[in-house]
Amino acid sequence: MRAAVIVFPGSNCDRDLAVAFKAAGMQVDMVWHKDSELPQGVDIVGVPGGFSYGDYLRCGAIAAQSPIVQSVKAHADRGGYVLGICNGFQVLTETGILPGALLRNAGLKYICKTVGLRVETSNSAFTEGYNAGDVIDIPIAHHDGNYFADDATLARLKDEDRIAFTYTENPNGAQYDIAGILSDNRRVLGMMPHPERAADAGHGGTDGVALFRALAAALTTA
Amino acid sequence: MKARVHVMLKNGVLDPQGEAVRHALGALGFEGVNGVRQGKVIELDLAEDATEDDVTAMCEKLLANTVIESYSVEMA
Repeated sequence: MRAAVIVFPGSNCDRDLAVAFKAAGMQVDMVWHKDSELPQGVDIVGVPGGFSYGDYLRCGAIAAQSPIVQSVKAHADRGGYVLGICNGFQVLTETGILPGALLRNAGLKYICKTVGLRVETSNSAFTEGYNAGDVIDIPIAHHDGNYFADDATLARLKDEDRIAFTYTENPNGAQYDIAGILSDNRRVLGMMPHPERAADAGHGGTDGVALFRALAAALTTA
Repeated sequence: MKARVHVMLKNGVLDPQGEAVRHALGALGFEGVNGVRQGKVIELDLAEDATEDDVTAMCEKLLANTVIESYSVEMA
């Protein structure tokens, strides 16, 4: 199993994500944003949290135009797995790999705390280690996590069971309390909360481990 | 040639920054401010043969996120 973690100028969760992938048994390559090709044989691409390009223009907007992200898009288009966390989720919506956009938090404040997430579907490689309805504790750390999409898109996400996680107490104004969504082929997950920050006993919580383990198991059998 | 691009959140998209500004204006005693919307202005210094179509393409690809934002282009 091979994972690639993209590193932009301003990424700050890239190494944490690599540690979480490795703990689940994956071999990890760090890939610089100026590279244009992913390493051969990559199964899963991680787009990490942070402040790519200083959040200039819009969060994730400049990163979405970087050379490597064109390869990430091609990987997703081929049916490859992609996990975008926090700023990575913003990058995935800016590229159009996932629908919608992340707006400024409704309360305007940067929020950094552990929140309750409800697992809305166990039908994906990312969430099959949980049961639908489970409530897990995962940290958030964002200023622009307020998920927005038009009504038709929201209805489609709901009808197609593509809402992966919702907040038990909405911290940021996100529509439908959305914390994470899946692509139509269920192989791309974008989420604002940080499962890689709840992946080791030293973090104070391990509710994110099941996500990485389930993903690794799915990639092994794929 | 210069161009000025105005980018605003679309109508119907909540603008919490605009709302915060509206509240602050009220707190300062400015009455009758019914709404505030905050956007951004981007000024471009372009080659002489640049056209409005070029700037529109820039808006669609990068300067605005048309999921949540609208834009207008002024050529000067």
